[in-house]
Amino acid sequence: MTKEEIENGTADMEIDQRELMNGERSELNAVPDGFNANYLKVYYGKLFPHADIFKWMSYGNDGKHPGCDESYFGRREFSFTLDNDIYLRFQSFNSVSQLENSIKEKCPFKIDIGPVYSVDPAKRHAYAQSGNNVFTPVEKELVFDIDMTDYDDVRYCCSGADVCLKCWTLMTIAIKVIDPALRDDFGFNHILWVYSGRRGVHCWVCDPKARRLTNEQRSSIAEYFRVYKGNENSQKKVSLTSSALHPFLLRSYKVLEEFFEGNLLSNQSLFSTEERYEKILEMIPDESITSELRGKWQDNKKSSISKENINVDRWKHVKKILKSGKQKGQGLGKCVEEIVFSFSYPRLDMEVSKHMNHLLKAPFCIHPKTGRVCVPIDPNHCEEFDPTAVPTLSKLLEEINMGGLGTDDDEWDRTSLGKSIRFFRSSFLQPLLKSCKEEIENSYNAKLQHSKTSLTW
Amino acid sequence: MDRLRVLKGIADGLSRGKKSEEMKNLADHLWKANMRHLDASEVVNKDIISHFVLRLVYCRTEDLRKWFLSMETNLFRYRLLFEKAEVQRALMAEFDLPYRAASNAELESVKEGLKQVAQSFGQPLAADAIFYKVPFEEVPELVAGRRVFIHKGYAYIAMNQVVSLVSTQFRSHLSKALILTNRKWTSTIREQEKDRLTPIVEALCSSYLGPDYSQPREFAEISIKDIDQIAKSSFPLCMRHLFEKLREDHHLKHGGRMQLGLFLKGVGLKLEDALAFWKAEFSQRVGSERFDKEYAYSIRHNYGREGKRTDYTPYSCQKIITSAPGVGDHHGCPYRHFSEENLRAALGKMGISNRAVEDVMDKVRNRHYQLACTLTFEAVHGTSCDAGINHPNQYFSDSQKVLQSKNQSTV
Repeated sequence: MTKEEIENGTADMEIDQRELMNGERSELNAVPDGFNANYLKVYYGKLFPHADIFKWMSYGNDGKHPGCDESYFGRREFSFTLDNDIYLRFQSFNSVSQLENSIKEKCPFKIDIGPVYSVDPAKRHAYAQSGNNVFTPVEKELVFDIDMTDYDDVRYCCSGADVCLKCWTLMTIAIKVIDPALRDDFGFNHILWVYSGRRGVHCWVCDPKARRLTNEQRSSIAEYFRVYKGNENSQKKVSLTSSALHPFLLRSYKVLEEFFEGNLLSNQSLFSTEERYEKILEMIPDESITSELRGKWQDNKKSSISKENINVDRWKHVKKILKSGKQKGQGLGKCVEEIVFSFSYPRLDMEVSKHMNHLLKAPFCIHPKTGRVCVPIDPNHCEEFDPTAVPTLSKLLEEINMGGLGTDDDEWDRTSLGKSIRFFRSSFLQPLLKSCKEEIENSYNAKLQHSKTSLTW
Repeated sequence: MDRLRVLKGIADGLSRGKKSEEMKNLADHLWKANMRHLDASEVVNKDIISHFVLRLVYCRTEDLRKWFLSMETNLFRYRLLFEKAEVQRALMAEFDLPYRAASNAELESVKEGLKQVAQSFGQPLAADAIFYKVPFEEVPELVAGRRVFIHKGYAYIAMNQVVSLVSTQFRSHLSKALILTNRKWTSTIREQEKDRLTPIVEALCSSYLGPDYSQPREFAEISIKDIDQIAKSSFPLCMRHLFEKLREDHHLKHGGRMQLGLFLKGVGLKLEDALAFWKAEFSQRVGSERFDKEYAYSIRHNYGREGKRTDYTPYSCQKIITSAPGVGDHHGCPYRHFSEENLRAALGKMGISNRAVEDVMDKVRNRHYQLACTLTFEAVHGTSCDAGINHPNQYFSDSQKVLQSKNQSTV
C-alpha cells in the first residue's frame, strides 16, 4: 500500500479543525483505507477500551472487597501478534495500566486471550521445575467460533474470504440457534457475541460455571450443538434419526426453516441451475423420487415461471413429494429436515470450544485484512447486523480528526465505536460485574460462616 | 463358586448376543438359582463374601481383572434394572450421588421436553416415569449425545440412564479396588496365606463348574458293538477325532488315551467293555500281551480300581482346550489345536453345510472354541443348544437326548 508511506511520517493526525474551512475538511481528514502500525498506535492510544477489557477480565476482583482474589487478573494469559508475525505468548499483567502500556508500546496486530492459569504465566518456568504440573489452566470462558468458510459448500454468493449480506444470514441463523440454547438449556446468562472482523462470529460465555468447565464438559456442549458431520467425500452430511427430534433440534428447526424458506432459497438461488439442484437431489436416497423431480424441472426450464419464484416453487415440489409418504423408502423420514439442516444449521469449530487453553482473539481488535473492528453483536437484533457497515480503522481515525479537541476519555464516544462500547458495557459488562461481585461476597460470607462454626466446640 | 456360576452364566449370555431385556431376566434367574439361602440375612452375607473372595481370585492378572470387572458390572447393572421403581429410588438415595429425583411439580413444567426426548429414542414416556435432576456438567456423555432434556442448566435423566451412570461409577470404583487388592496380594497376602487361602484362590478361577459326569446317569451303558455308530452321531469333534485315529492307527499316546478313555467312562462304557475295546485296538499294533502288561493297568486305574482308587472324572472343555498336544498327539480341542484347513476338512466330514462351517470358523477366529463346538452341535442335530457346550460328555448326552426325541416323534 503506497499511501502508507505517505502516512508514516504523519503519526500525529490531529489537525486543529478551527483552522480549516468546511470544504477542505473532508479532504484533509480523509484517511486512506489501511492497516498499519501508525494507525494502530492512534487506535490503541485513543479508542481501544483498555479499562473495559481489564474490568471484564478481572471478573470483579478489583481489590475493593476482602473476598477479592488479587492475583486473578495477573494469572490470565494474553498473547500478542506483532508486525512481522512475531508471536508473544504468556503475556500477563497485574494492573490496567500495565496492560494498557504494554499494548500501546508493542502495538500488537492481534491480541488473543487465553486461560487463567494456576499461577502467573510469567512465572511458569519456576513451577515447571517441581514436575508436578502445577502450571495449569484453571478458568477459561466457554467460547465458540463460527466461520463462513465452513459453509462454502452451501453458499453461492461468495466463497473463501468474501462475505456479503446474503450469506451473512448464515451467521444470523447461528446466533439465533445457539444463543437461546445457551440460555434456556444450559442456564448461562453472561454471553457476548462478537464479529470476528471478517467472515464469522465468536461467542464468549462468561458465567462462573462456564469458566470452570473441564475440557470434557466443553466437548460435550460442543457435541450437543453438532449436527453437521462431513467433508467433501461424504454424500449426506446431516443424518437425523427418523424418529422424533430432540427438543433442541425441534426448536432450532423452526428458526432454520424460517430463514431457509424466507431467505436462503432465493438469495442463494438453491434450485436455479441444474448443478445446484442436483446437489439437493443427492441428499434424497430414493431414485424414483429424484428422477421424478428431475424430469419435472427439466421440463420447467421451458415454462414461464419467473426466475424469482423458481427456487420457492421447486422447494415446494420437494417438500410435497417427500412428505407425501408415497414412497416409504428408508431414510426418507426426515429428509426434508436434513436438507434444511444441511444448508442452514450452525457449523461450529469444535476444536476451539473443546480446549481450555485455546487462545481466541480479543473483542475490539482490528482485523488486519479488512481493517474492521471486532465489535459486539446484539443477539436480540442480530438480523440487523451488517458486516459491511462495521467501522473500519481508517474510518475511525477520520472521525477522530473530525471530532476536534476534547477530553481524551471521551474520544471514542464521538466515533462510530461509541455505540459498540456502550452496548458492551450496558448489556454485558455491567450485569456480569454485578453478578461477580455478588458471588465474591457470597462465597466470602460463606467462608466466614464456616470458619465461625468450625471454631465452636 | 455359586457366584462364579452366575458370572459365567452372564458371560455366556452376553457372548451369545442376548439383548438387554433377556439379559436382565437371565441375570435374575441365575442369581436366584445360585445365590439363595434359607436364611434371608445369609443371602446378603453370601453376596458380600462371595464378591470379595472373587476379588481375591480375579485380581491377579490383567485378563482376570478385565473379565471380572466386566461381569460384575453387568451383574450390578442387571440387578439394579430388575428391581421395581420404588426399590430403585430407595437405592439411589442410599448411593449418595449428586442426583436428585425430580419432584412432580418440576416434571410437569418440563413434561413436553421430556416427551420429545423419549420420542427421539422411539420410546413413549411412561406416565409414572422417574427422572433425576442433575447439573448438566455431571453427565457429559448424555449431553453430548443429546440423550437428555436439559433446561436452565439441569439435565433430566431417566432411570435407565441413571443406572448406566451408577454402573459406570461402580465399575471405576471396582477397577481401582482390584488393582489395590492385587498389590496387597502380591506384596503380602499371598505369602501370609500360603497354607490357607492361596491354594484355593489359585485353583478357583480355572475350575469347571458343571456336572462332572463321574457317574454316568441316564443312559443305558453303551456296548462295544454300538460304539462306532454312536461315535458318528453323538461324539463331539474332539472325541470323534481321537476315536477315528484309534481305529486308524490302533494306537493313541497317553494324552489321547486319558481324554478318550475317561470320556468313554462318562458315556457309560463299563470297565470290562473298555478293556475289551482298547485291547481289540491296541493288540493290532502291540500285541495282546504287551497290552495286558503295559496298558490295561492304566485303564483300570482310570476306573478307580488301582492305586489310590480315585475315580477320575472325564475332562471338561476348559481342561481340554488348555492342554498342549505335541507331535503325534491327537487329543486337545480341534477348534483350538487344528489348522484352519484341517478343521474345515473335519467339519466337512461331519456333513456340515458350508454356511455353518463359516460361522464356526468365525467363532474360532475369535477364539470362542466352545461356541464353535456348540454351533457344530446345532448344525449336526438341527436344533439349538442354548446352554452351550462345556463338557464333551454334555455334548454326548444332549445329542442322545435329541436323537431319542426324534426317534420317538417319528414312531
